[in-house]
Amino acid sequence: MARPTKRWGKWLVGGPPLVYLLVFFAAPTLIMVLASFRTPGDFGGLAPLVDSAGKLDLNLDSYARFFTESVYAEIFLKSVGYALLTTLFCLTLAYPLAVLIARAGKQYRNLLLLLVILPFWSNFLIRIYAWMIILGPQAALARGVNGVLAAFGHEPVPLLFSSFAVLVCLVYVHLPFMVLPLYANLEKHDQSLLDAAQDLGANRWQRFWRITFPLSLPGVYAGAALVFIPALGIFAIPDILGGPDDSLIGNVIKQQFLETRDWPFGSVLSIVLTVAALVLAALAAWVGRRNLVTPSSVEASRA
Amino acid sequence: MRRRPLGLWLAAAAGYAFLYIPLVIVVVYSFNDSRLNAEWVGFTLGWYDKLFHDDDMLVAAGNSLAIGLVASAVSTVLGTMAGVALYRHPMRLLSGLVLAPIAIPEILMGVSLLIFFVLLNFTLGLVSVALAHITFCIGFVAIVVRARLAGMDEDLIEAARDCGATPWKAFRHITLPLIMPGVIAGALMAFTLSIDDFVITFFTAGAGTVTLPLQIYSMIKIAVTPEVNAVSTLLMLLTLALIIIASRLSPSLFQTDRE
Repeated sequence: MARPTKRWGKWLVGGPPLVYLLVFFAAPTLIMVLASFRTPGDFGGLAPLVDSAGKLDLNLDSYARFFTESVYAEIFLKSVGYALLTTLFCLTLAYPLAVLIARAGKQYRNLLLLLVILPFWSNFLIRIYAWMIILGPQAALARGVNGVLAAFGHEPVPLLFSSFAVLVCLVYVHLPFMVLPLYANLEKHDQSLLDAAQDLGANRWQRFWRITFPLSLPGVYAGAALVFIPALGIFAIPDILGGPDDSLIGNVIKQQFLETRDWPFGSVLSIVLTVAALVLAALAAWVGRRNLVTPSSVEASRA
Repeated sequence: MRRRPLGLWLAAAAGYAFLYIPLVIVVVYSFNDSRLNAEWVGFTLGWYDKLFHDDDMLVAAGNSLAIGLVASAVSTVLGTMAGVALYRHPMRLLSGLVLAPIAIPEILMGVSLLIFFVLLNFTLGLVSVALAHITFCIGFVAIVVRARLAGMDEDLIEAARDCGATPWKAFRHITLPLIMPGVIAGALMAFTLSIDDFVITFFTAGAGTVTLPLQIYSMIKIAVTPEVNAVSTLLMLLTLALIIIASRLSPSLFQTDRE
């Protein structure tokens, strides 16, 4: 029986958060999209929306700049490359972890999973700082590596302030995002499929590559999207651990807003970044859906 | 039971080592009697002592605490409302707006809020940071509350309504007590997210306002001393405690196998 209160009750309960998010999320996003078509102000920020002649001042100049000045396209592609490498390394490291947790006894699973999630809840900057210590020039790792290099007559290499440092930390920070969806998928696999394969004489590798891995693809794609999107926009890691050549798209955006104060161009870069991230995530979801193999993997991809 | 191969154990052990060794190093060196984070010299609590006499750090901690308390209180109320509304009604716009701040790159939210506040001539500071934090915390609270509602027995509400309770009374006396662990877990999560946030705070704080993550950032950009290790250790302890309490209250937070 439908109650009449339900109709306005919906807005009474859902209304306040809706209004808050419209004001502090939707409106700022739309203002930024609009800003990308405006002219930069003489002293930073934005020029007036309506110019002295009373004409609306909207143009595609900042977009044209992104597509004509190749340095920005290069930095953007470099960022995509870093994000893809991060995704790949995360997948390689996360897979054994997820398999182990999924096959552990029920009483250990939540603990093992919690142990993967906890580092994610420690402060982002602390996790970057930790790598500053580990890779520092006076730390044991750098001395060991350079000791070996010296033995082969090679010049010492700096570990900190390098692409290597940026990549290691990107993988470190995003690893939990890959483990969770992979585990959620693997945990639902039907053990009897593997038993059947074994009875039919499939060895461990055949069982993995022909059963476990194809079934886990929805989890792989979900994890890839969860890693790729945040990795693409990161600026703090290259800022702290990278060398002068490791500036990524996030660093350029930060620079446009806080140093150059060219808001329209900064907005263009932010929009390009978001569109690229969402397109690739949608692609991952689409490929994931196309690769569904069994009803159990359908379920897993929803989790 | 099939035997798990040794290689799998080793690979997983390496994975856990990779996750924890960096954090352990930060903690260990916070007790190290040396300015360099390079080798162990001797035990000291000197860096903690320095920390508690560092005025900039204390101001930053106070700011973080104030922002965290306000942001978690407001986002818990709004997030709970959103969670209840989404559980009862298919509100597509609300569901999109609740999830979008979590799904898009953080930097986009930071810069769009910066433009927004500056164009409105809103002074950047504690208030703008708190308003920004509420925006991304609502979604996390809503998800936790909704998950809790999904596990609730609908019949209890129906029974209360049939006995003549108004929707508000039924919510106040039946629904709210039942979802309370979820609400508290959501509040703790929101507080943790707020106190840890760097990217969005970085863009919305303006020049004069410093929070703990911003203070840590400027310290590691300029001069690294083990004082950073000390503040990091304390912050990790706080987060760890909050998250473990939250996971006790709302186990679904750490179980991905719902439905």
